[in-house]
Amino acid sequence: MQGLSVTGLSAAYRKSKVLDEVNFKLPKGSLTGIVGPNGAGKSTLLKVMLELHPKLGGTVHFAGKPLKTMRKKIGYVPQRGSVDWDFPTDALDVVMMGLYGNVGWMKSPKARHREQAMAALEQMGMADYARRQISQLSGGQQQRVFLARALVQDAELYFMDEPLAGVDAATEQAIMTTLRELKGRSKTVMVVHHDLQTVEDYFDHVLLLNRTVMNYGETADVFTKDNVYRTYGAGLRWRQEVPS
Amino acid sequence: MSYTGWILLTASLVGLSCGTIGVLLILRRMAMMADAISHTVLLGIVVAFLVTRELSGYHMLIGAVVAGLLTSILIQWLQSRGVQGEASIGVVFTTLFAVGVILIATKVGNAHLDVKHALMGEITFVPWTTVHLPWIGDIPEATFILSIVLLVVLAAVIGFYKEWKITSFDPALAASIGIPVVVMHYAFMSLLSITTVAAFDAVGAIMVLAMLITPAASAYLWTDRLSLMFVLSGGFGVLAAVAGYYTAAWLDTSISGSMAFATGVLFMISFLASPKHGLLSKLLSPAVAAE
Repeated sequence: MQGLSVTGLSAAYRKSKVLDEVNFKLPKGSLTGIVGPNGAGKSTLLKVMLELHPKLGGTVHFAGKPLKTMRKKIGYVPQRGSVDWDFPTDALDVVMMGLYGNVGWMKSPKARHREQAMAALEQMGMADYARRQISQLSGGQQQRVFLARALVQDAELYFMDEPLAGVDAATEQAIMTTLRELKGRSKTVMVVHHDLQTVEDYFDHVLLLNRTVMNYGETADVFTKDNVYRTYGAGLRWRQEVPS
Repeated sequence: MSYTGWILLTASLVGLSCGTIGVLLILRRMAMMADAISHTVLLGIVVAFLVTRELSGYHMLIGAVVAGLLTSILIQWLQSRGVQGEASIGVVFTTLFAVGVILIATKVGNAHLDVKHALMGEITFVPWTTVHLPWIGDIPEATFILSIVLLVVLAAVIGFYKEWKITSFDPALAASIGIPVVVMHYAFMSLLSITTVAAFDAVGAIMVLAMLITPAASAYLWTDRLSLMFVLSGGFGVLAAVAGYYTAAWLDTSISGSMAFATGVLFMISFLASPKHGLLSKLLSPAVAAE
């Protein structure tokens, strides 16, 4: 069954093209790592797919449907650094923002929304921090709050921008447990990932990106030394390989 | 009501509406944008006057909204064309303001509209221009318009409270769940424009900036809750307005200047004494500061 299909997607920042004819298809229930060098357009790919950044052309289908009809079925986790953590709000409130799409215009969140948000915080091991001002949380805790916020959206497809960047080992494990659990529930999950060492452990599918798709498919087939070298260009150290 | 009463009421309305809008201004990191709009609404007022040939508050409100939207659209457009963010703000607002100044000097002539008045405001004149309202009687026009603007601002902020919160904190998430972030941006610019122009008569273009930014920046230092920040900011605005009036009466000096100065004093006190971010609390508990 189809989870996600992208055809001929291109995008630019001002005049320089950052994505050129991106094509790929991913099955429903896949957990995919997007891997590529800095400036390869990984974050941009997520933003363009969700129409947060204008595209030059191309089409995207979520479970066979266009974005318009699927918005409520899509969960997006921006980079942690993209928001102001000094904003006057607490962890529970941030998680509840994930429910604003369901609450409806001009209405305020109800007790059941609060309960849902608490349950999601609980799942991420953050229940004790619900009322903590968000600047008082560590980087890992902030990321868990973001994950909890995605969980309450109860989406069919998830797009996460570097959720494992700069987090502690315990948070990394907690997040991976959550991602596998989402996959177990047949959710389609795409994650921008930067750590080549863990790709094979974490993801069943991989998308190698450098302005365009270099390769994609099941990790075992695609994540080979040759393909990764081709994506990153020369100068990449492969796993434990130490230059002599 | 007494002459002093009207001035205090008008000044408090300025404090409340500017304090409320100011919170969103600070959290959306758009203080420079307020600087721009507080100047370009002058052009809106002048053009409204040239079109209608009368200094009516309602026409001015419309002119201000048009000028405010024009300003923010032009700034966005220049930025999208690669002009550096703050440079594009500087270029747009000084140019539009200059057009306003030139029009006043050449076209408006002897009307009750001059550059000094626009920049500094003159709250002492406010009680003399009145409108007649059924049941209520004669009230100063500026006070009446400020009341309406305050109601609009409060209705917009309270009605769309969670929408303002999410588009200010995480616009990407907001857009991804279908909240029209761009519409909210221009709605905010419109609210900022009508607040600015309504406060114009009382405090002028430069002092309105102090009323917009400083009470909100002070409130930000005292609380970690958004709702409380709104309340504190509005409260600080009123406090500064009233304290400013009495300081001016005591020293026999400019009222708008004293009000702006009072916001500055409030900010200094907050900066030194606020429990979480204040300088004093950091000195007293170095462990927390080092954390």
